[in-house]
Amino acid sequence: MADLDTFREETSAWLEANCPAEMRKPVRDDDDVYWGGRYATFKNDAQKAWFEACRERGYTVPAWPKAYGGAGLTAAEAKVLRQEMSRIGARPPLSSFGIWMLGPALLQFGTEGQKQRFLNEIARGEIRWCQGYSEPGSGSDLVSMQTFGEDKGDHWQVNGQKIWTSYADHADWIFCLVRTDKDNKYQGITFMLYDMTNEGVSTKPILLISGNSPFCETFFDDVKVPKSYGEDCPGFVGEINRGWDVAKYLLGHEREMISGMGGGERTAAIGAALKRHAGEFDPVLRAELAMFDVDALAFTAMGEKFMDEMKSGKGHPAQPNMMKYVGTELNKRRHELMMSAGGSRSLEWDSDETGGGKPSRNWLRTKANSIEGGTSEVMLNVVSKRILDLPGA
Amino acid sequence: MPLYHNEDQAMLADTAAQFMAEEGSIKNQLRHWRDKECKDGFGHELWKQFAEMGFTGILVGEDDGGMGMGNVEAGIVLEQIGRNLTPSPFLTSSVLAATALNNGSTDLRGRYLPGLVSGESVFAVAIDEGAKHRPERIKTKAEKSGNGFKLSGQKDFVIHGASADMIVVAARTSGDDDDADGITLFAVPKDAANMSQDTVRLVDSSMATHTKFDGVELDGDAVIGEVDGGREILNKILNAGRIGSAAEGCGVAGGAMDMTIDYLKQRKQFGKLIGEFQALQHRAAHLYSEVEVARAVTIKAGQLLDGESEKSELMVSVAKAKVGRAASLAVKEGVQMHGGIGMTDEYDIGLYMKRDRALQEFLGDAYYHAERVAQLSGY
Repeated sequence: MADLDTFREETSAWLEANCPAEMRKPVRDDDDVYWGGRYATFKNDAQKAWFEACRERGYTVPAWPKAYGGAGLTAAEAKVLRQEMSRIGARPPLSSFGIWMLGPALLQFGTEGQKQRFLNEIARGEIRWCQGYSEPGSGSDLVSMQTFGEDKGDHWQVNGQKIWTSYADHADWIFCLVRTDKDNKYQGITFMLYDMTNEGVSTKPILLISGNSPFCETFFDDVKVPKSYGEDCPGFVGEINRGWDVAKYLLGHEREMISGMGGGERTAAIGAALKRHAGEFDPVLRAELAMFDVDALAFTAMGEKFMDEMKSGKGHPAQPNMMKYVGTELNKRRHELMMSAGGSRSLEWDSDETGGGKPSRNWLRTKANSIEGGTSEVMLNVVSKRILDLPGA
Repeated sequence: MPLYHNEDQAMLADTAAQFMAEEGSIKNQLRHWRDKECKDGFGHELWKQFAEMGFTGILVGEDDGGMGMGNVEAGIVLEQIGRNLTPSPFLTSSVLAATALNNGSTDLRGRYLPGLVSGESVFAVAIDEGAKHRPERIKTKAEKSGNGFKLSGQKDFVIHGASADMIVVAARTSGDDDDADGITLFAVPKDAANMSQDTVRLVDSSMATHTKFDGVELDGDAVIGEVDGGREILNKILNAGRIGSAAEGCGVAGGAMDMTIDYLKQRKQFGKLIGEFQALQHRAAHLYSEVEVARAVTIKAGQLLDGESEKSELMVSVAKAKVGRAASLAVKEGVQMHGGIGMTDEYDIGLYMKRDRALQEFLGDAYYHAERVAQLSGY
């Protein structure tokens, strides 16, 4: 305990010295956080300084081992760091699907060579990854996916199409589910890693109801995917034809991540903040806000309990599905209430006063929360089957 | 502090779970005393056993012969009480009254705490005036009279009032009805002259009283804490009682939910177990989620209260409101998913519904506490 107190003091002092004031303001735009990769630029000097300071200390991925670019923090230390960052409102120094998703999958299933190469690249913000999972005909029923890799000896020749590939048009590499055995549904998928500049890869952004295009269609036309990138560094994670195991593991991480979106102690309750902008509420709206704040603050405690239990191995392995369900439904409700409190001002689509229609665009964006990474209905199916053990689920 | 039980707490939970399931079961206690139309609504034998288990003095300081534990530990016992619908004076005596007495003089503690710890005594707490919980307004008056006070007014929803050897009464010693200041707490003995109790049986078979004080004379040494300084102690009592009821509510919700999910795995219709129907699976999974969140915030608020955090006030209200909603959902879904037999007295699910209803109302329902969350948050 005393060690942890010391760690807290040191961390707090380090943050105080290294986190620029500009990096302690709430994130408003995607580019307020550095995403890394070949094409990345820093929005300003403060963003660069904050990223570099964290990179040197391993704080882009604090809980990863030092050998892979992390700081090797224990679960308790990582929690203290999160708390101290949250206390001063520090932005994440680096965001990426590499950190949230591929990294955990490699830590679990990767070879030493893959960890050395890819984890370090992710930690240093050198490579930006995207995720190739869903296909036009395979949404909730993901395992029916058909993108196919034909075995050509030292490589696969991949043909097919992915959809909802987040930021595929900004990504350097893709981790992609590819069918390598057409006769075996679950044990016929390989979790491949390849460069988006390979010949035959193309992307096309999808215009969403929010007016933004964070997602793409991604096409593979005779793409050559090497089976190996050198010694002990295969071009796939886990075993050939056993990519579904990796995918399932990773979906757990994605669900945790999405369930945490819009969470955090600073943003949990909204009533007081909305009142500062909106003035007096209609009484029934105020009552709904109060009920929302009860649910949101309670969910903050749930998030803390969930993390504590996961880290100590006490949690049910299917619990992320419950978190994802509750967290995303809550976030949708949050934005409905913010729109109502904002009134006609929040309808403005491109005015300067709304930062280019932030309230309405964000509100529309949240509708995807309970669809992406497994719909609420699929989450409830999983909870029924794996936690409640209901029959035939 | 992690949001799960440490080793000592896990052991306490096991002990309490086993004890309540055996000695405090619905069959042995709630149904037994209800069917006998017991005037206390609980068994004194069981209360003695609570003492032997060390539960009665869980919040009482070690110097006063208790266990010196916190609200998290009291909540662990209460969750098992809720799960088994065990009728007992634990919440009123060992949580509410004990919290009051812990703030009292050495003399008062010596007068009342040994009886509580040994399971000889039962205490009640009289706060509400009227049908809704509104402790911001206290009209019951205690006027100076000689060396003591003269108490007049009426209190309602005094749980175990008629069984209590002593009732903690919140009364006004100065100021107007809605003033925060000017409140004094009194320990009123059961045989006090000019106190009359109208006993009523509630929907959950617990016993409450409408208690009238018609010039009840009290010595100065009946005062708990300082004259006119009772609001702070009252808030402590309320916080402890509210988080305690929330913990009991988690038990009620969990018990009702488990019973219902078991039923979904047994009952067949249309040639299938009804648990195979997705319409019911999704409702069950939603219920599970709500109950999990309610549990989490109850532990969190209990820890904050024990740590005397400034956030505890807010989070205790969040917990009471959240548990209120989750437990209410659990019992309503419970009865509905049991179908016709859920309406019968023979099945226990209806008993959960009744207990939940009474517990909702105790020390403020979800509406009261959501309103409080809004006020404490500044809107």
